[in-house]
Amino acid sequence: MSVREGQQPAGGLLLIELDGDGGHPAAWRKSRTAPPSVLGARRLRDTVLAAESAGFHAATFRDAPDETGAAENIAPGNGAGRLNALQRAAFVAPLTRSIALVPEVDTVYTEPFHVATQLASLDYVSRGRAGWLVAAAGADGADGQGRVQAAAVGRELADSQRRTREAASSIEVGRRLWDSWEDDAVIRDVETGRYLDVDRLHYADFQGPDYSVKGPSIIPRPPQGQLPVLAPAGVLPSAAVAGGAADALLVSAPTPELLTAELRDAAAALDAAVSKSRLEEHPKPALVAELDIVLDALGQSAAGRLAELEASAAWQSPRARFVGSAAELSELLASLLTLAAGVRLHPAVLDVDLEELAQLVLPELRRRGLLAPVTPDATFRDLLGLPRPVSRYAAPGTAVVRSTGVRSTASTTGN
Amino acid sequence: MTESSIEGRFRPSGQLQLGIFFQGVNSGTVWKAPESGSQTDFESFRRIAQTAERGLFAAFFLGEGLRLREHLGRPHALDVAGRPDAQTMLAALASVTSRIGLVATQNTTYNDPADLAHRLSTLDLLSGGRAAWNVVTTDNAWTGANFRRGGYLDHADRYVHAEAFVETAKRIWDAWNDDAIAASGTAAEWALPGSVRRVRHEGQHYTVDYLPRLPRSAQHRPVLFQAGDSPEGRDFAARQADVIFSAHPKFDDALEFRRDIVARSLKAGRGANEVKIMPASEFILAATPREAADKKAWVRSLQIGPQQALAYLEQFWGRELQDYDPDGPLPGIDPVVEETSETRGSGFHGAKARQLADQWRAEAKEKGFTIRQFVSSRTSRADATFTGSYTEVADRLAEYARTGAVDGFNISPWLIPTGLDDIVNHLVPELQERGIYPTEYAGTTLRENLGLTTPVRARSVPAARTAGEGVTVAGRRA
Repeated sequence: MSVREGQQPAGGLLLIELDGDGGHPAAWRKSRTAPPSVLGARRLRDTVLAAESAGFHAATFRDAPDETGAAENIAPGNGAGRLNALQRAAFVAPLTRSIALVPEVDTVYTEPFHVATQLASLDYVSRGRAGWLVAAAGADGADGQGRVQAAAVGRELADSQRRTREAASSIEVGRRLWDSWEDDAVIRDVETGRYLDVDRLHYADFQGPDYSVKGPSIIPRPPQGQLPVLAPAGVLPSAAVAGGAADALLVSAPTPELLTAELRDAAAALDAAVSKSRLEEHPKPALVAELDIVLDALGQSAAGRLAELEASAAWQSPRARFVGSAAELSELLASLLTLAAGVRLHPAVLDVDLEELAQLVLPELRRRGLLAPVTPDATFRDLLGLPRPVSRYAAPGTAVVRSTGVRSTASTTGN
Repeated sequence: MTESSIEGRFRPSGQLQLGIFFQGVNSGTVWKAPESGSQTDFESFRRIAQTAERGLFAAFFLGEGLRLREHLGRPHALDVAGRPDAQTMLAALASVTSRIGLVATQNTTYNDPADLAHRLSTLDLLSGGRAAWNVVTTDNAWTGANFRRGGYLDHADRYVHAEAFVETAKRIWDAWNDDAIAASGTAAEWALPGSVRRVRHEGQHYTVDYLPRLPRSAQHRPVLFQAGDSPEGRDFAARQADVIFSAHPKFDDALEFRRDIVARSLKAGRGANEVKIMPASEFILAATPREAADKKAWVRSLQIGPQQALAYLEQFWGRELQDYDPDGPLPGIDPVVEETSETRGSGFHGAKARQLADQWRAEAKEKGFTIRQFVSSRTSRADATFTGSYTEVADRLAEYARTGAVDGFNISPWLIPTGLDDIVNHLVPELQERGIYPTEYAGTTLRENLGLTTPVRARSVPAARTAGEGVTVAGRRA
């Protein structure tokens, strides 16, 4: 069965990271609004609406504390103060219609049960547009950041083995809990007086090395059935990736050239892992390339803008960085989209770079037919070309519930 | 009973506030009526929150349960079950409402203080100062089975733990100086050095070492609600809470509760008017008393159907009773359990089963009650329901306002999402005519709308407490 071919989205996807004033730690100096506004509703709403009307397929929301917050003092730059990512996504959900909303949520120092039910709730309030950007605090050499999060909840810093294990466990708990109510568990059968068909509810009974979770979930199955899970490559054990833990992997490399090579390697590694595991029922995760960007804007060259920003703080990022014109960026994205299903952009300064993207880059890529269409009320799974799965606990032969979004699980009619 | 019987320093405001409690997961929510909508879709929440805001309600509450209710060892099938995470839903509602308070019921036992305080701060900032936390505790291992820690807390320790948790949260909320963030992009640094204090807590149950990530909101910090009713719970509320979500809506009972809370508040060093009281309640209203009575009979028949009536007894009998006629007398057979284990997740347990069965049979026989009638009379709603015509009920509520027995009511609608319509359309205008209900929102924050004072900033060293939770290390200035 050509499951994998069927999984490919109908065109490239563009994701955008919308944290704070932008990816650069000095972005707050170049924003149109005063620094405190970044912690308020208006700026959040305006930024997300700008990304949606530009035609981005998904917005991500960073959550981790700045590493520099490990010191006694507050971090000096952009991102020292940060609203909870999942709640930011929930806040904008009723205000948007097409953009997928993907908060970063940690797996190591959080309660998997809360994480699963919060994400399921985000899927309800966004009517099937939620995703999960998995984090394992302290991964990627960011030990300082891991320590900040560990200390906040009174735990020791987890080593790398523990981190990958925790990340895989948390996803498994989430996926089991999302399936723990079958789609038609709410029956509202007046005749027998039953609101639920208890046979369609299931204990998750997760037993891991670090904790166990009983279930079932406290919320019915989310509109998408399963939320798409995005994980940075390397955060999950390869067995978990081969077993379908992630729907997309984020791929980073220090330069655009290396990024191209890294994407080829990642694709080959996935093919090998998937064929070795023979778990063909799991679609191969999509690859999403990570790219920092600084564009020519406001009559200034990108390099000039970057130099100004760097004069007040250095942008330390594990990602490839593009610095140049909108036309050059369009070329780079066109080439990356031949190797990856999507690209996640990290604009240096949201107020400035997002506008250039909206006016020059996305229209050009769309004109060339390189981008997947943006459809109001489509689910994030729809965007990724993923069918809505049947609950793992459903009796064999249960039909796939095609409908997603608002009507899928909860609007069972009262009678 | 007169108001002078309440502690002299207490002054009734003469006003009432309303809140809506979107509870859902018990027999109170009718799902069998054709008008009953989805319990989980966002549109149901949006509609009821916007209706409440149209009626100038002070607060929109969401409940929380961290494990599905069970009955005889399986999930409970007869009542509404399943609800969204409170804070995720409230964050979404914050963007489609502008004045109503957003209250999240959140557990102190299965949350981490730094994470919970941060999420509540987020809600408070996104809503422009409308967030509140309804503090609840749990100690059972059955709920703990869903969490890393499992069941770790002794029943006796639950308030000691909760209080240390709440004090830690308050310090987290108060950690930023008001001028911490730069006013413009040309400032030397984004945040003024030394303007944020680290919060450390080392206790018996948890340890926190955290640099708070958010400043104070327009209402300084989230409003605290609390619902504990035991003597320890009341003392905890009198020390820490802004509002008590009480279980005492009946007039005499409410006055007695007010007296008790005023006394406890004064003892805790707080003002007689500082702790507001809003009991849980249900309203069944119509144009005439006769219509309201008929409506009540209809609502009750939908809330306690034949299956619910038998299930209610089963949880005390510990066995299936499906062969009994719900419209006949209580079962003659005895319970098979020594102690009752009521439907998990719904409250009381531990009564002596056989004794209870004897008592109930006698009571039902004396009153001539069938199983259904008996069960209907037993539910907690019996005392919390205001039934009558709009004018009749408004008159009754005026008496509460006049005496200061309560500061308002937290309404559990029996129908979702239209259950507030008649209250907002017909009862609210009657209350306004009597001068006991706001005609506009007093301000933009929940604290303003509830008439609460601005909180004093939590110091790095908290005030003396009941003991037990251990040392709190003072935050250091960087």
